[in-house]
Amino acid sequence: MSIYVDYAATTPIDKEILKSMLDNADKFGNPSSIHRIGKEAKAFYETSRKNVAQELGAKPDEIVFTGSATEANNMVIRGITSYYDNPHIITTAVEHASVKETYADVEKTADVTYLSVDENGRINIDELRNALTEQTKLVSIIMVNNETGTIQPMAEISEAVKDSNALLHVDAVQAFKQLPVNVNTLDCDFLTLSGHKLHAPKGIGVLFIKRNTHLNRIITGGSQERERRAGTENTLYAHAMSLAMHKAKTSREETSVVLQALKETLLTELQQQEVPFKINGSARTQTNHIVNLYFPWSTSEYLLTAMDMAGIYASGGSACNAGTVQPSHVIEAMYDEDRARSSIRFSFGEQLAEKDMKYIAAKLKDIYTGLDSNGFI
Amino acid sequence: MTNKDTTVVVGMSGGVDSSVTAKLLLEQGYNVVGIFMKNWDDTDEFGVCTATDDYEDVRLVAEEIGIPYYSVNFEKEYHDRVFQYFLDEYKKGRTPNPDVMCNKEIKFKAFLDHAMKLGADYVATGHYARVTHDENGVQMLRGVDNNKDQTYFLNQLTTEQLSKVMFPLGHLEKPEVRRLAHEYDLATKDKKDSTGICFIGERDFKEFLSSYLPANPGRMINMETGEDKGKHDGLMYYTIGQRQGLGIGGDGGPYFVAGKNLETNELYVVQGDHHEALLSTSLTASEVNFINPVAEAFECTAKFRYRQKDVPVSVKVLGDDLIEVSYDSASAVTPGQAVVLYDGETVIGGATIDKVFRKEEALEYLA
Repeated sequence: MSIYVDYAATTPIDKEILKSMLDNADKFGNPSSIHRIGKEAKAFYETSRKNVAQELGAKPDEIVFTGSATEANNMVIRGITSYYDNPHIITTAVEHASVKETYADVEKTADVTYLSVDENGRINIDELRNALTEQTKLVSIIMVNNETGTIQPMAEISEAVKDSNALLHVDAVQAFKQLPVNVNTLDCDFLTLSGHKLHAPKGIGVLFIKRNTHLNRIITGGSQERERRAGTENTLYAHAMSLAMHKAKTSREETSVVLQALKETLLTELQQQEVPFKINGSARTQTNHIVNLYFPWSTSEYLLTAMDMAGIYASGGSACNAGTVQPSHVIEAMYDEDRARSSIRFSFGEQLAEKDMKYIAAKLKDIYTGLDSNGFI
Repeated sequence: MTNKDTTVVVGMSGGVDSSVTAKLLLEQGYNVVGIFMKNWDDTDEFGVCTATDDYEDVRLVAEEIGIPYYSVNFEKEYHDRVFQYFLDEYKKGRTPNPDVMCNKEIKFKAFLDHAMKLGADYVATGHYARVTHDENGVQMLRGVDNNKDQTYFLNQLTTEQLSKVMFPLGHLEKPEVRRLAHEYDLATKDKKDSTGICFIGERDFKEFLSSYLPANPGRMINMETGEDKGKHDGLMYYTIGQRQGLGIGGDGGPYFVAGKNLETNELYVVQGDHHEALLSTSLTASEVNFINPVAEAFECTAKFRYRQKDVPVSVKVLGDDLIEVSYDSASAVTPGQAVVLYDGETVIGGATIDKVFRKEEALEYLA
């Protein structure tokens, strides 16, 4: 048995996307070359950019292809904090590591405010409004949390930021699969995306930079990407990215129904099997592709190993060195460290079936009764 | 139960011994799972951590021999149950043995529990010791390789713990283990053996300890003459019988640490390693662990420190958790260290040395 329930970590490459990449592999030229082979590659690459822009409601010149969403988030944060002199920045306590650790790294040259979250993982708009000052240059918000699926109140956030001088940076990596992501509706200045969460290969990300927005570049070299990100253009991966976004967007509603059924089946089965658990956050404000569960009778570390031995592949917290697991800072921000140490993230994809959810619930039941009958609870 | 149906969780450290352990069990047909234990975080400012490299070796070996491998974090348990004890003992002027405590509390308690929860029938490690489970119960025997025998560090393991433990290397000599690692072409075949206490590693011991406990320098006194021999750096840095690092010399041979006075913060030294002040004839010990029931008084042999030759002793059980061990004469027996009792090859049990006596008179080791 092998059940992959870690789609928020990464997704398998879509076969059609892979085939299209191979079909276009002959467009190997360097898009910066001025000969015909280069121009052919350039045309191919710019088509991908135009398509990506279209999916986001952006203009093609506002799209930068990057190596990953982590790189894109770094470009925004380092680019802004170095452009201004000791700027004030606002972010949340529940950001992805690529934002969290980057702010930790630039704290010497920027004044960073971390907004707290409630038990649902959502920020408080008044707290955001109160934190915004004349000096606030950037607000970084994770639209859908990667560990809980919590959706932030984006309309209210952009409303609040619009009233200030700050730029809005939206990490939409987990959002795109499930929610409409449009830069005009979001009224944002930066937006980041990742290909491999959407069945494109690893190694491609997208950064939307609103026209006339100033920031320093962090990767210097050639004049690619309008001098915003040097390095020979990754034409095939950009192509895959544009296809992945298109597929995700057109199948969004259909996918959502499937994912919701999976999530509900898992929760219902666990209840019926009488496995004690609680949902971290509230299902009402979460996407359907992630559910984060608290199992008060065990630890994430133990459960991940026991589930792996039963062929169930989930996650919990962040991988640390030496193969151990660090408790999730997101769950800790919502509750406390103990709860974070005993929580597991299940994230779903269209390839899963309801019988897989039943298997997971049955196995967790076995694990629970095994521990209970041997006096380990 | 056949070997195929028996799940053995191997504590894999990324060293050659536990690598060969896993491979041998696999050859014997057991269902083998490898688990790495992370007990201490020594990540430096460059993000370098020995555990990362060791875990990488676990990964390589597990992939080579084809077993699942996992990791478990016992940093908190290790800190609370081993490191805190280690510091407390030093505060009391004693010389603790964290390896004994690590085996008792972490490897064969926290880790054993973790393995049992995962459905293990046994836990195996690469220790050089033998354990037998049969109709006569459980016995622990010295490792066949006398030079590597690790029963000294395992003396606190109870019958219950030992009943779930396998030591597949116990009947092998170390060079044979290396040879097997080469024969199996394991990634760790040429890896250097680790030395020292795991959390200190290659670092300077004094510097390490001083970052956790305040050093309190005082005077060094010649126990015989009362002569002031200069300054000591803090009593916790010295152990009974220690010769190196005193910084004193002169006619009449090297000086040795013979005692500590915690009240006056004085370190007692004597000249000559067979000096009478270092010699004792009995000790009392607590934290007593007998693997099998014993008589109230019996004769056997004992070790007072690792790799020491056995000494013939008489043991008297004085109470629930107190024994007296008497012997002809032994040098530099140290409170905080273990006394381990043997009947030939068999380990009878062990305890922690509290007080040391010369002909009924308590020595001022810890005045």
